[in-house]
Amino acid sequence: MRSRVIQPAVIKLPAWRRRVLLIVVMAGFAALLGRSIYLQSMHKGFLQKEGDARYSRSMKLPAHRGMITDRFGEPLAISTPVESIWASPPDVQATPRQISKIATLLKMKPAELNKKLANNTREFVYIKRRIPPELAKQVMQVGVPGVFMQREYRRYYPAGEVMAHLVGFTGIDENGQEGFELRYQDWLSGKSGSRRVIKDRQGHIVEDLEAVKVPQDGHDLVLSIDRKIQYLAYRELAKAVDQFKAKAGAAIVLDARTGEVLAMANLPTYNPNNPVNMAGRSRNRAIVDTFEPGSTLKPFTAAAALESGHFTPDTHIQTAPGILRIGPATIHDAHPQGMLTVAQVIQKSSNVGSAKMALTLEPQYLWGIYNHMGFGTPTHIGFPGEASGRLRNYKGWRPIEQATMSFGHGISLTLLQLARAYTVFANDGELKPVSLLKLKETPVGQQVFSAKTALAVRDMLELVVQPGGTAPRAQISGYRVAGKTGTAHKLGPGGYLADKYVSSFVGLAPASNPRLIIAVMVDEPSSGQYYGGTVAAPVFSAIMAGALRMLAVPQDAPNDNIVIPPEDAPEIKEVV
Amino acid sequence: MISRFGSYVVRHIDSFLMGSLLFTMLVGLFVLYSASGQNVDRVLSQAANMGAALGILWIAANIAPQHLERLALPVYILGMVLLVGVFFFGEISHGARRWLHIGLVRIQPSELMKIGVPMLLAWYFSRRDNTLRLSNHAIGALLLAIPVAFIMKQPDLGTSLLIASSGFYVLFLAGLSWRLLIGLAVFAGVMAPIFWTMLHDYQRKRIEILFDPYQDPLGAGYHTIQATIALGSGGMAGKGWLHGTQSQLDFLPERTTDFIFAVFGEEFGLMGNLLLLLLFTLIIGRGMVIAAQAQNMFCRLLAGSITLTFFTYVFVNIGMVSGILPVVGVPLPLISYGGTSLVTLLLGFGILMSIHTHKKLVTS
Repeated sequence: MRSRVIQPAVIKLPAWRRRVLLIVVMAGFAALLGRSIYLQSMHKGFLQKEGDARYSRSMKLPAHRGMITDRFGEPLAISTPVESIWASPPDVQATPRQISKIATLLKMKPAELNKKLANNTREFVYIKRRIPPELAKQVMQVGVPGVFMQREYRRYYPAGEVMAHLVGFTGIDENGQEGFELRYQDWLSGKSGSRRVIKDRQGHIVEDLEAVKVPQDGHDLVLSIDRKIQYLAYRELAKAVDQFKAKAGAAIVLDARTGEVLAMANLPTYNPNNPVNMAGRSRNRAIVDTFEPGSTLKPFTAAAALESGHFTPDTHIQTAPGILRIGPATIHDAHPQGMLTVAQVIQKSSNVGSAKMALTLEPQYLWGIYNHMGFGTPTHIGFPGEASGRLRNYKGWRPIEQATMSFGHGISLTLLQLARAYTVFANDGELKPVSLLKLKETPVGQQVFSAKTALAVRDMLELVVQPGGTAPRAQISGYRVAGKTGTAHKLGPGGYLADKYVSSFVGLAPASNPRLIIAVMVDEPSSGQYYGGTVAAPVFSAIMAGALRMLAVPQDAPNDNIVIPPEDAPEIKEVV
Repeated sequence: MISRFGSYVVRHIDSFLMGSLLFTMLVGLFVLYSASGQNVDRVLSQAANMGAALGILWIAANIAPQHLERLALPVYILGMVLLVGVFFFGEISHGARRWLHIGLVRIQPSELMKIGVPMLLAWYFSRRDNTLRLSNHAIGALLLAIPVAFIMKQPDLGTSLLIASSGFYVLFLAGLSWRLLIGLAVFAGVMAPIFWTMLHDYQRKRIEILFDPYQDPLGAGYHTIQATIALGSGGMAGKGWLHGTQSQLDFLPERTTDFIFAVFGEEFGLMGNLLLLLLFTLIIGRGMVIAAQAQNMFCRLLAGSITLTFFTYVFVNIGMVSGILPVVGVPLPLISYGGTSLVTLLLGFGILMSIHTHKKLVTS
């Protein structure tokens, strides 16, 4: 055999060639070993952290957001469970038939769905959020790997636009955006729990890493609102805003004894279940907007005058000829009157009479009364964005300012401040704090006037709705009503606007033992009518009549108590 | 009788090499059990592959080297015919044309060439041992380059690289001059940019991402990042068998095949890696001893090439898993799941054993 012919010279390979190969092999293994040492002991910490980040996940367990209810537990905001469908595109394996089936279920175009699933660089893509659980179940039954569902909650507002401003609404992640949803976010939201788990690449939970932190559900929030009265107030306000082609309006119903807000309606409004196009619609005007109240402020001037001891309800004041000059300025009455008592000044809403009373008082004294009424300071009712209004310090008052302030010009209030101020006439001179949350007991207020003064002014306010007063249309069958109209020019950039008004009416009933205070404000009525007695008083009487009957308040007058002034009688009007 | 049969069976088996191989394969089965998500079927199927491959080893060990020498040219020619066949009629799967249907059998001719090429080159050089000229090396290089080019075209970078290196080892052992080697190195340096433009996009991308896997963490760099994380998080002692999070939780791609070393490294740590490298060192060392003691040029060249190719396998695979080499499709020998490469490997070890054991028989 050929191979048996051994030739030593050939058999022997140069030793260095073998050595080179040996060195190459050893160097190769040394490199592998070195890399291994680098990765597994020197670089270990970083890589272990990276590794953990790949499989350990902290999952949020959403807490159930508390309900917002009215004072009787009727829901105004509730969370209902919904599901969101999401996908991890790199893990999705679906046939075209499955894709089209899911697309049909979710009412999407297959192309749109495919586009979302084609995004291979992301591991989390929402396909559709907030769908009914039943539908989500059907989607999951199609059985495409890499498609998951996630429990979420959707906020639903049964009262919709009627309660929108007070309740507010939440964003997509259930964070309060407006109103009480925003103000009581922490109280309502509760604490979401968490769960640390090991997940595999497909997102399946393999095991829990530590004890599950159970979510703490949010608390319910009980408002002082009476849903039925709220609907009534909203309906009547909307009617008036529509009828008088007004820009906006607000109405507040207060429990006269406790200061609880039973209703608070605002227009224009929006649908909190679908909050879009909200510019100018989302403001709770009754709390966050101020206006110059006009004559609705006169009762406090009268009360201050009586309280000073210089006046009694029967003190005569000369208001002729309906014009009062103070320095270079003049004050007018819409209907010049002659000699009037203090009561008549209120009844007929005489600016001149009010100014003359105010000018007999020390600025500091008058300011003190207004200040005690809460003008210029927020009510602290706990609503986001509450306005404080404006009451200038008495040290800067000029006589003309003191005069106009007495009938509600040069001072600005929110409708809520105004409504609250009238609690003094219902509670023998005690100013009650107001609340939007249901109270367990009647709060103690602050005594601003003597009971005698408060009752005397309340009697004067009853005259306002009688024939000869500015608001016969505020009368209610079966109940005595006390109230005051306001018709104020709006303040523009260059002074008061000749043709823009705020019409208002604030009143209480039954006058013999007040249960409710209602304040109505209609902004810029533009149908030609603008007197508070014409525009706002009928809204007041409709809400008051309905609400008193809902609350079964005992009547304090016969059913035929309404006295309509004769057709030819001159209508008593007031404008400031 | 039994002992006579026994001694007949083991007559051509090198016990040291066999022991090392069997132990390494056993480790492989354990790692596979973990990497496959404790899939017993997978392990049994791999055990069956091992059985078949050991059968091939036994047959190869019992064929005398001189017969092998005579087979060298026919095997090479057959392999080339099949490669050309693949080029024209091959079945495309996963974007590559590697398989050929012949009747009922489906074969991968490139695997055959892993043995065929070094055999042919060893045969070619052993016939010219006295009068080696530069022209011989040129012819040898050509015989090597043709199949490598075909396989690269399939495209199968991993296999073509392994075959190229197996051929190169023969050339080197047959006395390729240093001057030529250095010349080639310089040539390669010059040609590298040209080669770069000839690479497929995905191959170029792989090389780029080797240097910065975080360039494309969810795409081409994903394999490398996941593998280094798995290795690194194993630490010194490893997380324990069946407890590797990266592999068990499905974060590691191709974890039963090309990336099985990452599973091993995560579960057995640096200690395990040391042990595995030691096993491979024993196998390679034994192979080198066999090559050094081989009795003729053909045997020595073939044994040296088989051994060094095995080293290349190990180095390229572990290098790519641990992120110092680009990701090319090379399995970890004796450990990765898959029958074809196992058969080729054990065929090579069978030849090694034949070379070692037949020498004694001849001299005695």
